[in-house]
Amino acid sequence: MIYQDSKTLLDVRGLRATVNGIEILKGIDLTVKSGEVHAIMGPNGSGKSTFAKVLAGHPAYEVTGGTVAFQGKSLFDLKPEERARAGLFLGFQYPIEIPGVANSQFLRLAYNTVQAQRGKDELDPLEFDDFVREKMKLLEMNPDFLDRSVNEGFSGGEKKRNEILQMALLEPHLAILDETDSGLDIDALRVVAGGVNQLANKDNAVVLVTHYQRLLNYIVPDFVHVMEAGRVIKTGGKDLALELETRGYDWVSAEYRAGAGARA
Amino acid sequence: MSSVLQNLVNQPYKHGFVTDIESDVAPKGLNEDTIRLISAKKNEPAWLLEFRLKAYAQWLKMEEPKWPNVHYPTIDFQSISYYSAPKPNKKLKSMDEVDPELLRTFEKLGVPMNERAKLAGVAVDVIFDSVSVATTYKAKLAEVGIIFCSISEAVHQHPELIQQYLGTVVPVGDNYYAALNSAVFTDGSFCFIPKGVKCPMDLSTYFRINTEASGQFERTLIVAEDGASVSYLEGCTAPKFDTNQLHAAVVELVALDNADIKYSTVQNWYAGDENGVGGIYNFVTKRGLCKGINSRISWTQVETGSAITWKYPSCILRGENSVGEFYSVALTNHMQQADTGTKMVHLGKNTRSTIVSKGISAGRSNNSYRGLVRIAPTAAGSRNYSQCDSMLIGDKCGANTFPYIDVRNPSAKVEHEASTSKIGEDQLFYFAQRGIGAEEAVSMIINGFCKDVFQQLPMEFAVEATKLLGLKLEGSVG
Repeated sequence: MIYQDSKTLLDVRGLRATVNGIEILKGIDLTVKSGEVHAIMGPNGSGKSTFAKVLAGHPAYEVTGGTVAFQGKSLFDLKPEERARAGLFLGFQYPIEIPGVANSQFLRLAYNTVQAQRGKDELDPLEFDDFVREKMKLLEMNPDFLDRSVNEGFSGGEKKRNEILQMALLEPHLAILDETDSGLDIDALRVVAGGVNQLANKDNAVVLVTHYQRLLNYIVPDFVHVMEAGRVIKTGGKDLALELETRGYDWVSAEYRAGAGARA
Repeated sequence: MSSVLQNLVNQPYKHGFVTDIESDVAPKGLNEDTIRLISAKKNEPAWLLEFRLKAYAQWLKMEEPKWPNVHYPTIDFQSISYYSAPKPNKKLKSMDEVDPELLRTFEKLGVPMNERAKLAGVAVDVIFDSVSVATTYKAKLAEVGIIFCSISEAVHQHPELIQQYLGTVVPVGDNYYAALNSAVFTDGSFCFIPKGVKCPMDLSTYFRINTEASGQFERTLIVAEDGASVSYLEGCTAPKFDTNQLHAAVVELVALDNADIKYSTVQNWYAGDENGVGGIYNFVTKRGLCKGINSRISWTQVETGSAITWKYPSCILRGENSVGEFYSVALTNHMQQADTGTKMVHLGKNTRSTIVSKGISAGRSNNSYRGLVRIAPTAAGSRNYSQCDSMLIGDKCGANTFPYIDVRNPSAKVEHEASTSKIGEDQLFYFAQRGIGAEEAVSMIINGFCKDVFQQLPMEFAVEATKLLGLKLEGSVG
């Protein structure tokens, strides 16, 4: 939702990044204010997931240009864990399995780390157990998942629910959800989207990275951005997603190239 | 490898101090005279000198084993001193008589002696270089008939027991290093639990090598009679020297009918520096004999130190229905090399064994599991379950598994499972994205990986082991 008195959470200017020396992001501009929901769409290989990982500080990517301000501070001055503690959350496209580490233990450590950062009380294992079970209801998750190793042997849908559970626990200021809808059946999609909607409020913001318009039926974006070859080539409202669904990406691309020609 | 992964294993060795205590050191070199000198210094009976000389004669005919997957320059056995005792070497009656400098050493090491020993309720025997310094709680244990003392003392006080059991599980000519130990061992612990007695507290030994160019050759013998049980803990540290020191110990366990021996080790000998200079060569023979029916011997080891570890705590399951267990965590970092595992030899009917081995390699280290499961024709209905997991941290280390299985009885059941995993950049990034830093993440992953072994350790040791692994890996992940 767009609010009048909202603050700028994320301000990306001319962001460039490489992986193994190959430039993937070629100058991205994006502004996200509190209360807003943004969708980033685009064909495979357009740099959507790279953009999400670069914001979170994945070590495989090197930032080669531009600036990113998160809540007024330069994001690149912060290590990945510091970005997380400052309230930046990445929902992983492929959540990582961590054999031997109980989900409950992992969730509690993450929760307490962020709580400590915010000067709030940490929870002991018993208190946390009550707290996390409440949050799990929201996502219709079986409490058995607490005792299992983090993401190990989880189905695709279970992994994604576990991501949103972490978002619910950590209450981030900015949540970037990378292809959260991929691999979900229609019921799981409804549950996951419902969870995200309940967590969204006027003080935080959500950036959805997605291939398909399907998710946007459940989580309605205020802005839709189209990426191609490492740039945002078009920005519109929620109707743009519907238009992409029927017409594909080619026309946006053609329009951008024509515009680029005119600008040149 | 990311720089995060490079920093987590570079924690300085905190036990690397040298205690300034005058030592009575034998001249370097090994020959019959050295052995006679050791035996004379210790005022030993003739039969023990004979035992030593027999071992020495066998050793001379043997060759250093070349089959372990470890590499080191040839050891010059003539450049080692085979006896080193802190001076003054008079008999100590109480802890108050112990050299305060020595006590400070143990304080630095966190050894629970004195009041701390009493609070902790642990009976401790301390072996400093080659000599047993103090045994706490002896009187209290004596009330229930338990003998817990240094092996030299036992040679004088309980010669019949030592003669009956010494060398029965590990014969003098068993292997190169066992033969060497049998020839030159200087001290160690002896523990005897009489029939029907459950040892009321954990028994504990701390070993420390303090003198440069001295070898440590301790000998441990534990006997549990019918229906007896004991839990025994062993800890080891050594100061930092640029030269390599040899540690060749022998541990023998004997469990009679329905007896139960649990032997736990946390080994943190000096491992050498990050370039592999210095460190202990840890060539150890540990073996338990389940002699009686329904007896049980359980080895738990956490091996984090030593430049080279060569160690296979084993069980000979002779008694019917006897049980052997081996739970191991072996961590190598920098240039460390470990070739460790176990042997489970099933002789009796319906004998059972469990092997759980967790190897963690970091830096440029090499970590091998080597194990033998042998089911003899007589061992009808026997079972073994083995699980060998390896974890790699970074991309310059190695892990190997050499399981040998030899089944001679068709009714036996043997299972072997193995896995290899790696702490990767993506796992660490996942933790980081949830606000958890690399060191905490690695510690959590490692503890999860080692959980099955740690839960076998006595509480106090489990906490220590968890901390130790964290320290050892500090800086290896970055």
